[in-house]
Amino acid sequence: MTRNTLALAAMAAIAFAGAAHARDQIHIVGSSTVFPFATKVVEEFGKTTKYKTPVIESTGSGGGIKLFCSGVGVNTPDIANASRRIKASEVRACAKNGVSAITEVKIGFDGIVLANSKKAPTYNLSRKQIFLALAKEVPVNGKIVKNPYKSWKQIDASLPDTKIEVLGPPPTSGTRDAFVELVMEHSADEFPEIKALKASDKNRHKQVASALREDGAFIEAGENDNLIVQKLEANPAALGIFGFSYLDQNKDKVHGSIVEGQSPTFEAIADGKYPVSRSLYFYVKNAHVGKIPGIDAYIREFTAEKAWGDTGYLAEKGLIPLPATERRGAAKAAQGLKPLRM
Amino acid sequence: MTRAEDTARRLKRRHRAEKRFRLYGIGAVTSALVVLALLLGTIIVNGSSAFTTTEMRLTVFLDPAVIDPDAKKNRDDLLQADYGAIVLAALQKRFPEATGRSERLQLLKLASPGARDVLRDMVMADPAVIGKTVEVSVPASDNIDLLRKGKMTKAQAVSGGKMNERQFAWYDKLAADGLVRGTFNTRFFTAGASREPELAGIWSAVVGSFMTLAVTLVVAFPLGVAAAIYLQEFAPKNRWTDMIEVNINNLAAVPSIVFGLLGLAVFLNYMGLPRSAPLVGGLVLALMTLPTIIIAARSAMQAVPPSIRDAAVGLGASPLQVVAHHVLPLAMPGILTGSIIGMARALGETAPLLMIGMVAFIVDAPTSPMSPATVLPVQVYLWADSPERAFAEKTAAAVLVLLAFLIVMNGLAIYLRRKFERRW
Repeated sequence: MTRNTLALAAMAAIAFAGAAHARDQIHIVGSSTVFPFATKVVEEFGKTTKYKTPVIESTGSGGGIKLFCSGVGVNTPDIANASRRIKASEVRACAKNGVSAITEVKIGFDGIVLANSKKAPTYNLSRKQIFLALAKEVPVNGKIVKNPYKSWKQIDASLPDTKIEVLGPPPTSGTRDAFVELVMEHSADEFPEIKALKASDKNRHKQVASALREDGAFIEAGENDNLIVQKLEANPAALGIFGFSYLDQNKDKVHGSIVEGQSPTFEAIADGKYPVSRSLYFYVKNAHVGKIPGIDAYIREFTAEKAWGDTGYLAEKGLIPLPATERRGAAKAAQGLKPLRM
Repeated sequence: MTRAEDTARRLKRRHRAEKRFRLYGIGAVTSALVVLALLLGTIIVNGSSAFTTTEMRLTVFLDPAVIDPDAKKNRDDLLQADYGAIVLAALQKRFPEATGRSERLQLLKLASPGARDVLRDMVMADPAVIGKTVEVSVPASDNIDLLRKGKMTKAQAVSGGKMNERQFAWYDKLAADGLVRGTFNTRFFTAGASREPELAGIWSAVVGSFMTLAVTLVVAFPLGVAAAIYLQEFAPKNRWTDMIEVNINNLAAVPSIVFGLLGLAVFLNYMGLPRSAPLVGGLVLALMTLPTIIIAARSAMQAVPPSIRDAAVGLGASPLQVVAHHVLPLAMPGILTGSIIGMARALGETAPLLMIGMVAFIVDAPTSPMSPATVLPVQVYLWADSPERAFAEKTAAAVLVLLAFLIVMNGLAIYLRRKFERRW
């Protein structure tokens, strides 16, 4: 029993030491989409400045913002990465916990692509067609029914007669959220039957507009996008949904489908012509600037042309930069720690 | 049919059944071995190439006009200097035909971004080298590394948009001059995480794993053994101890992520310990390993024959002396085996660590159990998810290292059992 008591005492002692532990290393949390870019920046930052290399946790956008908003102090993160804009409700939650001044930095864009093996021809799709292929319920002859389409040809005669088989991320993924928002919800209201629901039954409308098929045509392939690429290579009939950087790295194996007449190229996403793209952000807790060393220097590193510029090292990793004019203003606002207003 | 015939027939049938049963057993073992060999085989084939890397020898002029234009040798300025320009100048000296902006960028891409780090480290270690011309080996880019190892063909490199004909020509020329060569990849064992596959290493994850396991051992072993001794030797048999026993057996089968949630609630939110720290990881894994150790320790003590206890009591030993002098030493091999197997399981865990922030990008190896760290399986997980092709071999190589640690630990458990086990 003495041993038990001793061990407990030791644990308690460690706990008190922990509470008083100061931090000299920036702590970043958030989106797994921004993770590959932010890690590149911290690596460069650690090598070229006197500050320690920051720590980045891949928690997902929502989880990261929740941690970020949990309060002010060394035990809370300094920066949150997000693959979507912070929500007003999250800003309120932040303020409630004392995190009132937040600087928002928009860092660039990420395209979401529908790709298939190079052994098969490129698909040319509209968002409406994608909706018909992947929605759990679709309007047929004025009624909303369980998705009856088995082959792409049934949706549109111009499409090949192949079985609909799309590999995509699970609901926990930010890529999935963005895909549902930018493709499914966007095109749902083009069908009068679904639009009518908006007025009569809001919940039902949301469900019809955002639910993906569960009958085997849409396959949840896990969070690992490399795995999706491998599966596409093995199965030329299938399409896969993933972020642009994975297409960029695997151009010899897969090609991206044309959506609304636009190929998912670097330029088309940067110009905003490719429709399925989203903005990436990071958020800085202003109260920590000056307390945790190096936060201002980190913002400078991230917003420098050599990092997020057109030929910067982030572009090489697949980040699609902001337009040059927007970049200049954004860099200035970020370095000046202009607090976010919503 | 006579009785004798019937017996003979039935005997034959029984023998056949016996034979079939043996075949089933052999079949099961063989299929398990085939699957294991397949798994290990693919990992070794994929991973072994990560133990070598590609280097380029360059003659570099450490131009003071670029590194230290105002000749102040200010450390911050030296850190920030544009070492890429120096690498490019060295490459351009060999290939003066590359003049245009895009051509120069392509030329620079033959070398890894790590080439700049090599030069920067050299200057920071001894600023006196500024202004000198030196021969250095710098890491080549991941694409050249893959090309040299035959993991990517030229056709793939072109269709993937990774390299072009001009870059192949430069590479071939460097190779023909003997300036590009493969070496043992020490960086893989000494570096921390990196976004560049050719610079990434497992050192910070290995140190993190070691610290985490040390905390686990220090907490779980004494607590587990003490709990087992009490429950086995001293506790009265009643409803309470029965309930504790059922609960311990139950806990041993709880999914590990539950312990992560518990750790998040207790160690981070309630006790205020820092996130991503090996201390917290170790405590969480200790909670996870505790039931395994208790169960193993109890069954090891149960296996000590009662005659030994009776003899000790008969000679006047107190209950504590019986345990400390006789039961525990005799049960120790079994306890150690159980503990090592529990620790080996803890070494392979990622799920509970996700909750407490150890799924993180860590470049610098942790210096104390309070500094942020990650562990080997998490490193494997993060690399497997990286878009760059060259991370595939790193992933497999890190798995090999993890497997090596597991084999050593399990081997140690078997050795201890063989060496100290007593039979009665």
